Amino acid sequence: MAENRKTFVVTRFDPDRDEAPRKQSYEVPVQPDWKVLDGLNYIKDELDGSLSHRWSCRMAVCGSCGMMVNGKPSLTCKDPLSNYGDKVDVAPLANFPVVRDLVIDLDGFMEKLQKVKPWIIVAKEKAVEEGTYRQSPEELEYFRQFSMCINCMLCYSACPVVGNEPEFLGPAAIALGHRYNMDSRDEGQHERNEVFRGEGTVFACSYANECSEVCPKHVDPAAAVNQSKINAVIDWATSFVVPRGGK
Amino acid sequence: MEVIRHDIVIVGGGGAGIRAAIAAVEASPDASVAMVSKVYPMRSHTVSAEGGAAAVARSDDSLEMHGYDTVKGSDFLGDQDVIQYFVEQAPKELTLLEHWGCPWSRNEDGTVATRAFGGMSTKRTWYAADKVGFHMLHSLFQHSLRFDRIVRYDEQFVTKLLVDGGAVRGVASLDVREGVVRAILGRAVILATGGAGKIFPFTTNGNIKTGDGMALAYRAGVPLKDMEFVQYHPTGLPGTGILITEATRGEGGHLKNAEGERFLVTRDYGVGTKAELGPRDMISRAIVQEIEAGRGVKGPYGEYVHLDLTHLGEAAIDKKLPMVRELAKIYAGVDPVYEPIPIRPVVHYMMGGVDTDIDGATSLPGLYAAGEVACVSLNGANRLGSNSLTECLVFGARAGREAVRYAAGTDAGGEAASRQQAEEESARLASARDARSGSEKLSQLRRELNRTMESGCGVYREQASMDETVRTLAQLKQRMSEVRLEDSSTVFNTEITAALELDNMLEVAEALAVSAAHRRESRGAHTRRDAPTRDDHNYLYHTLCYYDAAGPRLGRKDVTLGKWVPEERKY
Repeated sequence: MAENRKTFVVTRFDPDRDEAPRKQSYEVPVQPDWKVLDGLNYIKDELDGSLSHRWSCRMAVCGSCGMMVNGKPSLTCKDPLSNYGDKVDVAPLANFPVVRDLVIDLDGFMEKLQKVKPWIIVAKEKAVEEGTYRQSPEELEYFRQFSMCINCMLCYSACPVVGNEPEFLGPAAIALGHRYNMDSRDEGQHERNEVFRGEGTVFACSYANECSEVCPKHVDPAAAVNQSKINAVIDWATSFVVPRGGK
Repeated sequence: MEVIRHDIVIVGGGGAGIRAAIAAVEASPDASVAMVSKVYPMRSHTVSAEGGAAAVARSDDSLEMHGYDTVKGSDFLGDQDVIQYFVEQAPKELTLLEHWGCPWSRNEDGTVATRAFGGMSTKRTWYAADKVGFHMLHSLFQHSLRFDRIVRYDEQFVTKLLVDGGAVRGVASLDVREGVVRAILGRAVILATGGAGKIFPFTTNGNIKTGDGMALAYRAGVPLKDMEFVQYHPTGLPGTGILITEATRGEGGHLKNAEGERFLVTRDYGVGTKAELGPRDMISRAIVQEIEAGRGVKGPYGEYVHLDLTHLGEAAIDKKLPMVRELAKIYAGVDPVYEPIPIRPVVHYMMGGVDTDIDGATSLPGLYAAGEVACVSLNGANRLGSNSLTECLVFGARAGREAVRYAAGTDAGGEAASRQQAEEESARLASARDARSGSEKLSQLRRELNRTMESGCGVYREQASMDETVRTLAQLKQRMSEVRLEDSSTVFNTEITAALELDNMLEVAEALAVSAAHRRESRGAHTRRDAPTRDDHNYLYHTLCYYDAAGPRLGRKDVTLGKWVPEERKY
């Protein structure tokens, strides 16, 4: 029996009644193919209806179920329980305010995302009658990787700078801004590079590379951040040579 | 009671909801739009769609062909005026999405690439590898962030439509994080909450697909239409139900039984030379028949058949189907480059939904619906793969524009009645949150709901089991009033939201089962062993199902026919 039971030690916090987070243990009978999320859903359905956690797609694409598992950021619907021993410690993602139990406050990220202008910026909008832009497979490949971010927030949780400087735009937002900068259809590089140089600057990044290591979608936000630093500097330097708008 | 006013209130932040929001702000110089969603928009289930979005793009294709394929796929229950409009608008909508940054896969010359899909007579499915829903949703959401007039209410659960003077005036919405109910008023309301796959035990749908918008409209007196038509996708992973896209077959994958035989080629399942690219209803039935004939493969989660991609090669799989490889490895323990993927039919999509006209308007003035929550009658009795993502755009945009037009011609209405209704909602939820005395367990009721839906309304149906399901659902609704909730917290209480969701699911399930039990013919996805043929003489109409305190009440609505006359559906 020992091999198919695990003890989940789950961080609980209800601001209605708790002064501080506490730990609660649950004995969970687990199936060999279960992910960490399956264990949490078992607790919610069978043991304790008051546990709060987010999840939906259970196929690693909606980005809802990021948590700390045994101290490391994990997308719990993708993370096999067989990775862990008899004890599985589940806590909310680090570096975020906690709303309740395993639910973090995402509002800060939503603001940062908007700040990097993650949309196509063009001087003159193309009419739908003109058809699609031509974009070669190579041009697509240039930014494709950075468009894969599912906003799961694991990278913010792993990033040492986000922990110390809450204003830092952070890996996912920078990667998404960079994704548009690299898109052949876009003309918004100056605007975004200004954001990258401003408050929450890309230069705060300390090259720890933790973000890319935890990314469940292999986006490599560290590469995006470092390319953005270079581009932001070049853009700044060129602004003295070529007047703004002179392209 | 906090009362908030906007011009348009959109419930749902997935493909249809966001498209409607963008259309609304573009159609009006000053309209303010509330987008109310029970999740952050990028978590919406559109994200899980994989294979593609259909629109005519190639010189060997035509609107006529897309239209006919869709009508035939619908088993002639689709409305032909709706289908005509859809195929005309589809290329424009996908082009717009391209302008907004969607990373569509490309041909060498830089034009957008298209792939083959089931029931489509040529390559007209636009794709971004096999993460099309994900890219569409994020492109739409990120594009929407540029509009200040789209005001988001994230993680807010709408529990009731506020109706006064014969028109919808807004919604009562539970702020999940804070536990308070607010009245969010608008001159028009658009439902865009998606489907209801979670009423079934085995589904591709995410946990959030609980039929909320259908239940909201239904309780407000708007009929649900064609609810008996439930799409089983042929290829889901056993156990989890995770979707393996039809694009696997579009790119050349084969379905094989335990004997290694390509049964869609060797046996007559009505799909002709289309083989694996036949429509979903027919292929799902073929798989069930193979398993029933003893040619399935036995596994821990029941019997299944094989989806074989090994002959496509690693390079093609990694380029065009990378997510399928990832999903198969993580959730089935097989690498499709080297081994076949175990699959079985899985509940995927509701053809039925809130009855709307071609504008997305419902019978309740001011209320619109678009996307899977709606039944605009594009899909009839069986939807073709890759039509639904495009549907979200075409009819989301139209509902957005029409809602703006309606709103401009209507007054904002008084506040008193809406405020009072929202206050009643607030009191109802507060007492539900403290209902710790009940004897029924939420997860147990949900399991019983799932079980009875599968046994009565599966791929193959018959009268006795459907009637049994109808009776069981009525009992489950009774028992739901005795549910015990343990969580009395006001903060992010996911037990109360789960109870609200189960309430919604029971309502939708009952409408579905009652609609199914009445239709004594086989058409599209509604397949009866005791009435195996289509009966145009008696059943060429849309089923309407009305809420009634005494139990669902049925009605009917004419199908809009046109140049395509119903004929035997053979490929």
